[in-house]
Amino acid sequence: MSGLVISQLNISHGAIRAVNDLSFTVQPGQLAAVIGSNGAGKTTLLRTLSGLKSAHSGSVEWNGESILRKKPEDLVRSGIVHVSDGKSVIPELTVKENLALGGIWRKDKKDVALATEEAIDLFPRLGERLQQSADTLSGGERQMLAIGRALIARPKLLLLDEPSLGLAPLVIDQIFQAIKSLRDRHNLTVVLVEQNAMGALRIADIGIIINLGKLVASGPAHELIDNPSLRAAYLGY
Amino acid sequence: MGRLLNTILIGVSGGSIYSLMALALVLVWRSTRVVNFAQAGQAILSTYIGYVVITHTDNYWIAFPVALVAGALAGALIDILMVRTLMKRAHSGPVAGIAPVIATLGLLGLIRAVVGMIWGGDLRQFKLPVSNHGFTFGHNTIPFAPINLLIVVTTVVVMLIFSLIFQRTNLGLSLRASAYQPEIARLAGIRVDLTRTIGWAFAGAAGAVAGMLVTPTNYLSPNSLDLLLVSGFVAAVIGGLESLVGAAVGGLILGISLALVLEYVSSSLAFPVAFVVLIAVLLFKPSGLIGAKRTRHA
Amino acid sequence: MRNLLGHSSRRFKAAITFPLIGVALFLISNRVDELRVYQGANVAVYVVAIISIILLTGYSGQISLGHGALMAVGAYAAVLSQVYWHLPVILTFVVAVLAAAGFGAILGTAAGRLTGPYLAGTTLALAVGLPSLANQFGFLGGEQGLNYDVGLPPAWLGADFTQYKWFFWISALAALIVTWISFNLLGSHYGRNWRALRSNPTAAALMGIHVGRSKVLAFTVSSGLAGLAGALLAMTISLVTPSAFPTSLSFSIVTGAVLAGVTLLTGSIVGAVVLVAIPEITGALAAHLGGSEKVTSNLPGLLTSVLLIVAVLLFPNGPQAIMKRTRKSSQ
Repeated sequence: MSGLVISQLNISHGAIRAVNDLSFTVQPGQLAAVIGSNGAGKTTLLRTLSGLKSAHSGSVEWNGESILRKKPEDLVRSGIVHVSDGKSVIPELTVKENLALGGIWRKDKKDVALATEEAIDLFPRLGERLQQSADTLSGGERQMLAIGRALIARPKLLLLDEPSLGLAPLVIDQIFQAIKSLRDRHNLTVVLVEQNAMGALRIADIGIIINLGKLVASGPAHELIDNPSLRAAYLGY
Repeated sequence: MGRLLNTILIGVSGGSIYSLMALALVLVWRSTRVVNFAQAGQAILSTYIGYVVITHTDNYWIAFPVALVAGALAGALIDILMVRTLMKRAHSGPVAGIAPVIATLGLLGLIRAVVGMIWGGDLRQFKLPVSNHGFTFGHNTIPFAPINLLIVVTTVVVMLIFSLIFQRTNLGLSLRASAYQPEIARLAGIRVDLTRTIGWAFAGAAGAVAGMLVTPTNYLSPNSLDLLLVSGFVAAVIGGLESLVGAAVGGLILGISLALVLEYVSSSLAFPVAFVVLIAVLLFKPSGLIGAKRTRHA
Repeated sequence: MRNLLGHSSRRFKAAITFPLIGVALFLISNRVDELRVYQGANVAVYVVAIISIILLTGYSGQISLGHGALMAVGAYAAVLSQVYWHLPVILTFVVAVLAAAGFGAILGTAAGRLTGPYLAGTTLALAVGLPSLANQFGFLGGEQGLNYDVGLPPAWLGADFTQYKWFFWISALAALIVTWISFNLLGSHYGRNWRALRSNPTAAALMGIHVGRSKVLAFTVSSGLAGLAGALLAMTISLVTPSAFPTSLSFSIVTGAVLAGVTLLTGSIVGAVVLVAIPEITGALAAHLGGSEKVTSNLPGLLTSVLLIVAVLLFPNGPQAIMKRTRKSSQ
């Protein structure tokens, strides 16, 4: 089966079960929003998908191949790229160097150059600041840099951890629109983890709502938005 | 005036070697967050290998690259065999925090014992690659000799090569990224384990160069580089422990101040001075004299 | 209430245990040969030294690779007070403790602001550099050192009471006293502060523990004990020289403490016995295997280092972690 298939996944965090018997499927080319409050297990889930954390039991397949127990650096090479939370850039390096990191392992240097241009086209602000240290960027610009770097790896599955965290509403809009246009243009599969439920579900194809590590609801994003009981309990308005 | 200049020149020569040792410590610190006390052992092992080559070929210039490669290999091996296991297993508990320090300490003892078993404890001497008689200008002979020039030039070349690698190559970018943010580096696809091994290899090579440069004007014994380890550590701390430039500058500061004290105050004060400098830097400028913003709580 | 009782019964137990150990040691020392008695004295010296590391590293979370240098400070203080002030032997030990503690307090004030690698490097610098300083000041006796004489055993102990037995008595008594004091110290609120400090300095500070002062105190006490160990060591060789306090001594004590489990006072005896046994084991090994002087003279160093590495690689989180694990799995 193609796409991302997660079944009966359990992840422990010391003595705590952070993700509990979680199953869902993301079809190729879909944008999936994983919604939940703080501590719901969203970040733990993403860290397991990208190989940073090991699962307790269950299975995760990407295009028919198990990806559990693989190292993050190998998963990156097979097209699974994770943009971790906390504006994942290296502040000690320049913007240009941060971007270069994304393609450092790739053999096809021509395509790396092309992908870098595309990333700068998508986020023109990065182009203006190439020589600056990433330390000097604003929160929104850091998020753009992190996503831009991920794109240079030519991902097939993009894992985004709370890209809206701590950003101003206008900037959030900009980032979300960029994510959506990426999906449309490159036929990316995207797993977007968010606390900002409405913003994420508006651009998503499907939504997965989890609470305390368990699946609460999943389905087409517009249906979740329209479901009154979910709205009251999880979507926060 | 002439005396002051001569003293400074000698200080620069001595300080160059401290810089190389500091560089070796900084390279490992950046990649692993461990001060590698075994560096003295690795350097002494490489230097003994250089010594063997010299006794067979009677040529310092063949021995030099051999020692350098041996140092790099030893560094890489130590990372693969010991540090990797340690990084995976040490988490918490009373020993975990000090485990890396203890392990490198044990390694220092181990290498020293093995070197002692193979070559014994006798003091040995290198044939000088170039003269140690001071340069002569007209009627004046200054203390600064061709061997000192060799030390300074080699150090400058090594430092330049390392800065080029770090600033201009993809390998250097990987090394820096892994040093600053290992997790983000992994998520960018960098093989951080491999990068760390390369960092250890570079450090081993730098330590070997330090050993090969200091030994011709000194003697060789299983613990003849212990004091150099301490000086290198002091230099690295002066430089902030994080930066290559810091290591170079720290070494020069220490070298010149020691030379001045030895010349103008007393030859018995070398160690106390180094120690006081260390404590003073740690107390008053804990982030080092060069740059680094981080605190010393790593 | 239960706590109070438990505490006092522990005191009571200790009050009985320590004299009992003393009597046992006395009986044993009468039945073994001179070499064993001498080794016993060495074990006692190492027990004191290892406890000094356990208090520092196991409880306050600081590391020192320079305790050999602090032992040298204690030894030189003791011998100087004997040579120049003609103090009685018992007072020279007191001087050793005070001098090393004073030195440690100064060092600890600097060290209290350092963590991990910085402290390790600074104390290592001390271990490498300090003992050799003695070579450069005439009144310290240079490479030949100074003779340190604790005198003959008192006559009332009998004519067949040997010098080595006297060394053993003194050092064993010292070790017992040090162990007893340490037990009480760790049970007191100072000990609790140190433990809190080790596991989480920030939380300790929030609980109102004065982090800096507490660390300096630990360093001072530990240094004082190291000074005592140094004087005792000097006693057993009747001499104070720079070469009696090589860098490897500092490493040996740390090895002993790691083997002892770093937080177990009672483990210090295990660490000390291993340290004393190593030269004997390697000696036997060398005699068995033959081999040149080069090999034999380096075997002890090799064995110590290998033990240290293996201990750290196998129990990177301390032997307690292993015990916890086995306890868990047996449940």
